Amino acid sequence: MPPSRPRFPLIPKHPQYGYSEHQVTDENLYLSRRKFMSTGMYAGAAALAGYLPQWAHAKTTPWQAKITSAPRTKEHKEALTRLGDVTTYNNFYELGTAKTDPADRASALSTDPWHIVVEGECAKPGKFTLEDILKPHAFEERIYKLRCVEAWSMIIPWTGFPLADLLKRFEPTSDAKYVAFETLYDKSRPLPGQRRSTISWPYREGLRIDEAMNPLTFMAVGLYGKELPNQNGAPIRLVVPWKYGFKSIKSIVKIRFSKTEPKTSWNMIAPNEYGFYSNVNPEVSHPRWSQKRERRIGEFFKAPTEMFNGYAADVAHMYKNMDLKKLY
Amino acid sequence: MLRAALFFTLLSPALLLVWQLLTHRLGANPVEALTHETGKWALICLLVSLSHTPLKNLFNWKKVMRYRRMTGLYAYFYVCLHFCIYWVFDQSLSLAYVWDDILDRPYITLGFCAWLLLTPLAITSTKNMRRRLGHRWLSLHKLIYVIGILAIAHYIWLIRADYAEVVIYTLWLALVLGHRLYLFALKDPIRH
Repeated sequence: MPPSRPRFPLIPKHPQYGYSEHQVTDENLYLSRRKFMSTGMYAGAAALAGYLPQWAHAKTTPWQAKITSAPRTKEHKEALTRLGDVTTYNNFYELGTAKTDPADRASALSTDPWHIVVEGECAKPGKFTLEDILKPHAFEERIYKLRCVEAWSMIIPWTGFPLADLLKRFEPTSDAKYVAFETLYDKSRPLPGQRRSTISWPYREGLRIDEAMNPLTFMAVGLYGKELPNQNGAPIRLVVPWKYGFKSIKSIVKIRFSKTEPKTSWNMIAPNEYGFYSNVNPEVSHPRWSQKRERRIGEFFKAPTEMFNGYAADVAHMYKNMDLKKLY
Repeated sequence: MLRAALFFTLLSPALLLVWQLLTHRLGANPVEALTHETGKWALICLLVSLSHTPLKNLFNWKKVMRYRRMTGLYAYFYVCLHFCIYWVFDQSLSLAYVWDDILDRPYITLGFCAWLLLTPLAITSTKNMRRRLGHRWLSLHKLIYVIGILAIAHYIWLIRADYAEVVIYTLWLALVLGHRLYLFALKDPIRH
């Protein structure tokens, strides 16, 4: 386990961090016990039975070993955000709008079996199982900074593979100018947060094809050397480190190559606040949050925000002829 | 007795926050939690203080008016905490950052105005000041209607998708202000 930043510099460490790894209850055991205590006890036999299959498979899928053995290919200059903060402070409105809802309701999202539909301007569209999607790829671990539009950020070790490698397998045509993504939505069996229309379901995101093919653009299946927890977008999610976090769509079920700029969820809700590009940019303010500074999760005070979240050297060339104040 | 109970009831959210902060129970972003909670309790105290007059008029519960000043001052207490947390942790104690934010973000502008307007009401809340100001005290303290509307607008404006909670506060404010409008329309002398 890589070193994580102390919780608060001014306040003594919580004693539980004094324990070494082998003394700590296994996370899956802990979570399933919590689930049993909070839901199982009250929900009765029928509901209990509904959770049993999830305990049974207990996240020992074929790619766990591949995740654990993935080499680290990208470091970050700052200390990692605590795993507990990465998994309990989430925006995943499918599971609820409070930051703690996704972790509390993670079991409502079932990730096995999982399929991804690929369609649009490509030679090899189809419906693929997660196994089909993952099998040909070697995994690597990359530490990226995730910057939320809400002016907070985290330093996270993701495991996965470049999106470009995946997209090339479907042989996009020259008409494929954009790539659109969707998160799952089953009207007949909505997730807890999808029973209200806080946003128009399903959640949609998209990238221009050159952004999608940029070597930094990453498909993550792991977090901190383990499989992605549901609240972080299991079983497979996008990570676009130079854009605000909402561009990094979670729990992908559809990939579509298109000629025209796809509709994206936050842009549909408030186009004056959330542009299609949504590159991290300290110079372009948001009506709710100044983007000049951000709070690292785990710290009390804010730090300055960097252009393109610090990844300008790798991505700025894609926007050199664009006015990023207009095309924010 | 009732006064002491009310005092500690209204203080308890602040004590709870201090305890949660010291025991790491405020989640991954404690500053955000502190800001949201102090703001929420400022609004609740404000709405409770605005509810005293309707309670008195509708249920002929005259004694309730004795506690209005305390809830009003608690609203000011939570607004001050709310502002200080924002000033220290969001704006690093810089007045220039705060001023930029007031100019840039309409919801900050509204919240700041509400806090400014509440300050003279807190200062003139003593019996002595009330006596000295006479009938002007009542006119001055009618500012609380404006402050209530500013506070709700401040809250609504900062939400980006989920309006479920703010609906409750908005309805509450509509009821307590609507009661006064109704009396005004009846040309009843409004009894404070």
